[in-house]
Amino acid sequence: MNDPGILLDPTAERSPAARTLLARPAALDGLTVGILDISKARGNVFLDRVDELLQARGIAVKRYRKPTFTRPAPTSLTQTIAAECDLVVEGLAD
Amino acid sequence: MSTPSIQTSDPFGAMTDGLIVVAKRECPTCVLVEPLLSRLAAGSAAFRLFSQDDPDYGAGIAGSVHDASLEHSYRLDVEIVPTLIRVEGGKEVARTYGWDRVDWQRVSGIDGLGKDLPALRPGCGSLTLEPGIAERLAIRFGKARFQSRQVALGDAEDPLEACFDRGWTDGLPVVPPTPERVLRMLAGTTRSPDEILGSIPPDLAPCTVEKVAINAVMAGCKPEYMPIVLAAVEAALIDEFGMHGILCTTMFCGPVVIANGPVSRAIGMNSGTNALGQGNRANASIGRALQLVIRNVGGGRPGEIDRSALGTPGKYTFCFAEAEDSDWAPLSVERGFAPGTSTVTLFAGEGVQGIVDQKSRTPESLARTFAACMRVVDHPKLAMAGDALLIVSPEHARVFIDAGWSKARLLQELVDLLKLPADDMVMGAGGITEGLPPSMAGTTVSKFRPGGILIVRAGGTAGLFSAVVAGWAASGAVGSTPVTQEITA
Repeated sequence: MNDPGILLDPTAERSPAARTLLARPAALDGLTVGILDISKARGNVFLDRVDELLQARGIAVKRYRKPTFTRPAPTSLTQTIAAECDLVVEGLAD
Repeated sequence: MSTPSIQTSDPFGAMTDGLIVVAKRECPTCVLVEPLLSRLAAGSAAFRLFSQDDPDYGAGIAGSVHDASLEHSYRLDVEIVPTLIRVEGGKEVARTYGWDRVDWQRVSGIDGLGKDLPALRPGCGSLTLEPGIAERLAIRFGKARFQSRQVALGDAEDPLEACFDRGWTDGLPVVPPTPERVLRMLAGTTRSPDEILGSIPPDLAPCTVEKVAINAVMAGCKPEYMPIVLAAVEAALIDEFGMHGILCTTMFCGPVVIANGPVSRAIGMNSGTNALGQGNRANASIGRALQLVIRNVGGGRPGEIDRSALGTPGKYTFCFAEAEDSDWAPLSVERGFAPGTSTVTLFAGEGVQGIVDQKSRTPESLARTFAACMRVVDHPKLAMAGDALLIVSPEHARVFIDAGWSKARLLQELVDLLKLPADDMVMGAGGITEGLPPSMAGTTVSKFRPGGILIVRAGGTAGLFSAVVAGWAASGAVGSTPVTQEITA
């Protein structure tokens, strides 16, 4: 009878109810791109190529790897990526 | 068994002429009348039976419906079971509840109905009125309507985390503002949910009673706190209080809420032991509700337009009641309200500076202690900047009261004691660059502006300790003046 999935908005409702994505940067100049390999088979083939293309354009790249694709990334890994990178490319499938 | 949804305008379920009984198995009076149902159903008119709990109540009787969702009971506005209703021409023409033989015979039109039963048995409360149920039914079946946007959570979303993720909290968890909780909160005031209290800075967003109720839920308030929360929000909107500046300043202050009068006592606010500390729901949640309104409705968030260099823990919540005493006029009376009036006073305050004096036994000595400690508000070499809220504990207050000093007398003595030689306070004096302009050398200055000292009595009965809460260094017309608002409904 009680629907726990509805809350009443406590704000002046000046922003959308759905959370919005962060604005994408117009260019990657001067930014550090993180590449996160989630340990899914052959994801590295794709990510290695992305790495090459970014580095060829003089963009700083840092590589990271999740221990397993079956679980969310460890908190320490997400904190490290957030501290070291401006944006992240993550491989999500085979 | 589920029942089809019915329209508010037709609570009788397309019945034009007939009888309706609403009952529940757990009610002995409903069990008493159960044998009569077949007789009612056998009449020439249509018959419907709604059982609130047991689908087998009145088993086998045509027109029997298990009202599992309580929708029919709710729409029929049933308060007591059993209820018997006669409908004619699509309209209710007669109703009785409980068991009253004469009434049942009259409403049903069946002579001799229940002639073997006792004449009278009281009924039981309808399940629709069980605690927590009424609000759910009002929301589900349509009598409750909210103006505020409904935010749908994801299936796996924890409501507490959802409030954090959406930026609605002060850093501590909030109670998720479900429609049921907000409806209960709104029952704490007689004011209309759509009444606009004013525009909340910094965004100057219109703030309705409903928005206050949502934030009061989140802060952890009980519905009976609503009148004080509403008064606190209204006080914060009084122009002289300068809520916009209090919020934006790089200094420390936040609104300190001081309650006076019978309402604060009725809801159990703490004016005694640990009055400025943790542990009392009303103190904690009322002050927090005001801050959440400013954050959520006004858009005043730290790091954005709230630019406080250090802030103060009181910006989570800082709210207490005065320990009123017949020997000392309460703050509300000093500020012009009749004795017995419930009020909130808002003071733009910083943190709590303790005053330790365990040796003074005369009012003259203790007043000097207070003055010495109040002199350091902002800086010992500044004057006419921040106001001061002096909170006198009962043991300290007794020193004055026993000597016949009223609060007003103490205030005047403090004003006199805080007339200071500017020579000690000008820039450079004492090897400290901060200070008053050199042009003031040779004069006497008052530490506080006229009206810049508030005195309240609060605290536990043991401890020769009082406290001073420094006001915003932009006190008075330039920034913030304390304001008092009556608590109504």
